[in-house]
Amino acid sequence: MTDNAVVEQTDTNAAIAVLKEKFPDAIQDDTREGYQGIIVDKNKLVEVATAIRDELGFDYLSSATGVDYLGIGDHLEMVYHAYSTNGGPALVFKAQTPRDNAEIPSLIDVWPGADFQEREAWDLMGIRFSGHPNLKRILLWEGFNGHPLRKDWKEAYYEQDHKPFDSRWPGGHVYRAEERNVYGKNVAYPDDLDLSTLNDVSEESIYSGMGLGVSVQNLGNSEHLQTDRLIVNMGPHHPSTHGVFRMVVSLNGETIESLEPVMGYLHRNHEKIGERNTFLHNMPFTDRLDYISSMGNNHGYALAVEQLLSQGARWTPPTYRAEAIRVLMVELTRIVNHLWAIGFLLNDLGAFFTPALYAIAERERILDFFEATAGSRMMCNYMRFGGVFKDIPERIKSVANLVNDMVRDFNTMDYLTELINERLPRAVDELDQFLTDSEIIKTRTVGVGYLPPEMAIAYSAAGPLLRASGVPYDVRRADPYSIYPELDFDVAVRYNGDIYDRYLIRLDEIRESIRILKQILPRLERTHGENVFGPKQHTPRVPLGEAYGRVENPKGELGYYVVSAGDEKGPQNPWRYHVRAPSFINLTALGEMCKGHKVADVVAILGSIDIVLGETDR
Amino acid sequence: MYGKGIAKGLFVTFKHFFTTYVDDIRYAGRKYLHQENFEVRQGLRPNGGAYTVMYPEEKIAVPERFRFTPFLVVEDADHPERPGEDWCTSCGICAKVCPPQCIWIVRGTNPETGRPVPQPDAFYIDTDICMNCGFCAEFCPFDAIKMDHDYEMASYDRTTVHIHDKKRLSKPVSYWKNIAPTSALEEAVSRGQWEHNDIAKAMKKAGQPTTAPTIENMWLKPEPSAKAEAPEPAAPQATAKKAAPSTDKPAETTATSGDKKPKFDKQAMLAKIREKKANKE
Amino acid sequence: MSELDLRELNNTEFPIPADMQGNVAITSLSKLYNWSRRSSLWPMLFGLACCAIEMIATAAARYDFSRFGMEVMRASPRQSDLMIVSGTVTKKMVVPIVRLYNQMPEPKYVLAMGACASGGGPFKEGYNVVSGIDKYLPVDVYVPGCPPTPQALIYGMIALQKKIDGQSLANMDDVPWYGVGPAEPAPVPILGPDIIDPRQMDLIRRQAEMAAAGKTFAIRNLPEPIKVEKAAPKAAAAKAAVAATDDPAKAERLRKREEALARKRAAQGQNAPAAEPAGEAPTPAQAAPVAEAAPAEQGGKPKFDKEAMMAKIRAKKANKG
Repeated sequence: MTDNAVVEQTDTNAAIAVLKEKFPDAIQDDTREGYQGIIVDKNKLVEVATAIRDELGFDYLSSATGVDYLGIGDHLEMVYHAYSTNGGPALVFKAQTPRDNAEIPSLIDVWPGADFQEREAWDLMGIRFSGHPNLKRILLWEGFNGHPLRKDWKEAYYEQDHKPFDSRWPGGHVYRAEERNVYGKNVAYPDDLDLSTLNDVSEESIYSGMGLGVSVQNLGNSEHLQTDRLIVNMGPHHPSTHGVFRMVVSLNGETIESLEPVMGYLHRNHEKIGERNTFLHNMPFTDRLDYISSMGNNHGYALAVEQLLSQGARWTPPTYRAEAIRVLMVELTRIVNHLWAIGFLLNDLGAFFTPALYAIAERERILDFFEATAGSRMMCNYMRFGGVFKDIPERIKSVANLVNDMVRDFNTMDYLTELINERLPRAVDELDQFLTDSEIIKTRTVGVGYLPPEMAIAYSAAGPLLRASGVPYDVRRADPYSIYPELDFDVAVRYNGDIYDRYLIRLDEIRESIRILKQILPRLERTHGENVFGPKQHTPRVPLGEAYGRVENPKGELGYYVVSAGDEKGPQNPWRYHVRAPSFINLTALGEMCKGHKVADVVAILGSIDIVLGETDR
Repeated sequence: MYGKGIAKGLFVTFKHFFTTYVDDIRYAGRKYLHQENFEVRQGLRPNGGAYTVMYPEEKIAVPERFRFTPFLVVEDADHPERPGEDWCTSCGICAKVCPPQCIWIVRGTNPETGRPVPQPDAFYIDTDICMNCGFCAEFCPFDAIKMDHDYEMASYDRTTVHIHDKKRLSKPVSYWKNIAPTSALEEAVSRGQWEHNDIAKAMKKAGQPTTAPTIENMWLKPEPSAKAEAPEPAAPQATAKKAAPSTDKPAETTATSGDKKPKFDKQAMLAKIREKKANKE
Repeated sequence: MSELDLRELNNTEFPIPADMQGNVAITSLSKLYNWSRRSSLWPMLFGLACCAIEMIATAAARYDFSRFGMEVMRASPRQSDLMIVSGTVTKKMVVPIVRLYNQMPEPKYVLAMGACASGGGPFKEGYNVVSGIDKYLPVDVYVPGCPPTPQALIYGMIALQKKIDGQSLANMDDVPWYGVGPAEPAPVPILGPDIIDPRQMDLIRRQAEMAAAGKTFAIRNLPEPIKVEKAAPKAAAAKAAVAATDDPAKAERLRKREEALARKRAAQGQNAPAAEPAGEAPTPAQAAPVAEAAPAEQGGKPKFDKEAMMAKIRAKKANKG
């Protein structure tokens, strides 16, 4: 059922040496302070990437993102993080291009998983990828003015380059941002805007790249009407899309011929705001990425910034208790998320709300603990650089303060012990009994949405999606962090790669998480009273450099690429803050997985990927 | 056998359905009445049953660390020395650490000298921007801004009520002690006593002994400082020792520390500021 | 909330004998009408972002808003009375939202749940975020919080019920859906270079004209905030750092950054007020209140043909869909 992941350290330096030998004039070391990896000549990028994948065994492209170095090197840069599915550290390689007419060859033929990430880089950074078959905007709409993540692009409510804003203190001139803008709205139009020729192309462009042979303009004209194929838009308002997600499906009868995800309906500019924030400001914003598992998001971001901070002089790593609490929180979050995912997968299959109700009932118990510890049910904002916000309280206690309040008072450790040892295992067993053997579920899910392992790796799938296809890749084992190396647990893996296995693997993972939590409890007892806070600094000076912190979030590998470059305010704001969102990248394979299935299976396949739109669109 | 799995699943549903009634019978209708039952209902009960919070009739009290929108801590109205005064010194740290930048502070200035005084002239929080992250409360060096527990804030018009001004934000320190006794105690311990940092500093300067804050002496009112009745310093001290061995502010030391000049100055200045504020409103 | 209590409906003007109070109700039509309407508000099954999760938690067993007759969450706007805007409204999403709202049958209500839906929330400054759904739709109740807890949401829903209770059939403003003819749909925004609200066509056109004439327009001037001088010492420190470092590469980088910063400052103007698009500095005279500038201009120049424009857009939409 489960399998220990083979952890085999791949030597990055040896790999770079091999590459240098093979491409002597195309590769140079990245010598900038705090940077790592190599800079590849962009004309040779595809060859080098192929060699990295095939000869050196870095077969998994984790992240591909653009950075705008305006004012520092005046170039745009694509940063790629490739890993080996056998485990080990990353091989970081970069390609640079001038800011005008920025163009870099597409790596979509080497790693199809680069598809959406390159489209995102085009959309937000304005880097054109030659060879990309469907290069159009992904998060914003076609026709949007400019590429917003460029450093010289300013939004309508732009106030200052960096927080804190000067107008807040000591002047304190209170105003709403819309009062400044004549439209009263968060809009700014280009100077040459001509309303008479205004053409809303945002819809047409969605269909144009699909090769459907459909002309939106001529839809009303019966001559051009094609009846052999039906185009169905599912979403953005659709109860099964887990938010505001849209799929353009072309159907032949009931069978899916092609499917294209359309996203960006919840694109709330996380990265642009993140570059304006200080490092600490970003912590509560990460809560709102994957809002079902905010503790995991906090952890990944804390790890990324701690990587940078550890290069500095005054740095104390988190204490053992802080690490134990982090693992406790993260694993509880994993349970919350998987319960939710299973409940709503069943929702998508048509078992409306009963499984979800049972899942939410368990979730509420965990959220009670989160609320008592971190202060909020969902937006925990709990981790700090070098520790956590506060120790676990002695008692989960509420005080009557509003009229007619009902009060509770539990001992926290008793509550946790009972929750972990009794309640959660029972809940999983019940869910297992409830769903696993059900013939209806099996008929709907077995063999549906198959994703073969090689394809899962090529498409950069992560998390349960990858492991259900038989690839035992778990960041907690492959590239260990925190106190995971000393904990005894197995990497859950299933081999059929269909919806049913993705359901089962979530049950397995809940069981493994409970196993971890049972080991955490004595550690918490042992370290009682130890300090857990990081340094109480609200604007730590982060050493220059780049860092890629990643954690195994419930949805898959969550990575934060953070660049600290420092400018007029010093290194207190990230120069670049990128989130490698598992939900976003897992969707790359959705089209392939749906092909040939019936339209009713689409929602189930989407549900089995388990996306959260806050993270997909950021 | 086909259908066995479905039957198993339906059995689980039936069990849930059934236990609800078992539960009701066990509590014989007192399920929603008694405090203890509520605690059992909202805890980790072994076998299910209904657990709905009947919201408007019974409100599940939020835990101490719960954070909703922030509020400003001011002294109680019956504080002997500085009734209703701000704990905030308008240092601006909350405005700096606020991730969405929803806090606006006007630093207080002395109307005559034009120099800053440790008190905000105005304080605004836009609740339409606030993300309830709690950084302001976490990093405030004076424990002057705290996260409120009052979530019942729905309104019909956001333009008039969603930017909270200082008047709306200010809540007495006793309110904070009420909603979060443990946290308040922790903070008091790190301050050294229950009073505001400024008073603590003054007392320290004066060499006055401070008593460690405990949960017992939380509600003791500080003794009124005896600068008016300076001639007889012994009596209040005695009562203080008798009644309140904790938050004592014996007259003797206050008198020595106050030594006429700085004390008067401050009072006059504060009065002036208050006047100015009144004029504004 | 559980059973029908006729006393709830009683109109106090007409006293009923005590022994009959449970069985008879004398009430006004308005009261009966409002009571039935507020007791079966069907929300739309419509989640946007984080708040949607709390909305689902509110619908689930622990908080259970079916106690208020709201259990039927309808996925179709045609069957729902209440739109809970639960989460950040983005510019890309506001177009479908307005369409959904237009498809809801009257009487319809909008509840803005959370800071984002009320006023943009923490993401307000973002380029793709609408600063509050009330910029496009009428909102009945705002529930602050990020996210509001389930209890806060229920409180907001009770507030909405109270609002409905306060309406009167006699007052046409309260029940516009009994008016003559179909209700005016909310104009659907257009996704151009930025989102375009059809109601603001005039304003946008004027901006384009002024921009063509080389005048700035987009930002209103606010009173100057108190200036805090701090740029100079920093720059000096950076220069000193350049001088001090031994490492040539680092010195080079610092020097480059210094240059870039100087360029940037030169482009922006050192002390320019915080907000300005692409480096144009609005002078008070040019950015004078828009309302005053408007009539003066409209006198001389040919009027913008709004109707024609709208017709064009409508025709295009009809073609499409």
